[in-house]
Amino acid sequence: MSEMRIIDARDTFCPGPLMELISYMKRASVGDEFELLSTDKGSINDIPEWIKKVGHEMLSSEQVDGVWHIKVRKAK
Amino acid sequence: MSRKIFVLCVSDSREKLQMAAMVASVAAASGDEVTVFFSMNAMLHFVKGRATEAPAEGEFGRLMAADKGVPSFKQLFAYAADLGDAKLLPCSMAVDLLKASEEDLDPVLGPPTGLTRFLSDAEGAQLFTF
Repeated sequence: MSEMRIIDARDTFCPGPLMELISYMKRASVGDEFELLSTDKGSINDIPEWIKKVGHEMLSSEQVDGVWHIKVRKAK
Repeated sequence: MSRKIFVLCVSDSREKLQMAAMVASVAAASGDEVTVFFSMNAMLHFVKGRATEAPAEGEFGRLMAADKGVPSFKQLFAYAADLGDAKLLPCSMAVDLLKASEEDLDPVLGPPTGLTRFLSDAEGAQLFTF
């Protein structure tokens, strides 16, 4: 299993966190996993929506001390 | 299924350019086929030696200019092209009027394109104007 890579997009506004995630995922291999850190509240809706639309896999999301931790896996 | 989305940018206001870039980048990165057509004052931001700062129309423009966490509209248009293969097309009339050579144009732009071609390609698709 590949190591979870962290993308720190804290303190950036929409659509910054999504674009950061996409640029990493575009260069990744199938099965690679990422944990996106975001303080942008919209990310909690936008990222799962994008993941669903393009066919990747949502692993989890949780808020810890005001930071969203959104875990995803590249599925194709 | 991917949609065809056309974005027409004519204003040089920070708010309008930012919103256009947000629509283009998110749609392109989500698999939609995006074409952006720049004309009028919006073109000034993509020609060397012309506009640098986009003027704010109001409070939001000033807030965005002051906050480093807001991605710039130029960065978002570049994301649209790099991550989603969006076409960013300068209006051929605007290029001619500005007497801009190919070297003067921002490298993110595609070839100068006529309005007739843009409207023909956009027929029946979603068109957003800023």
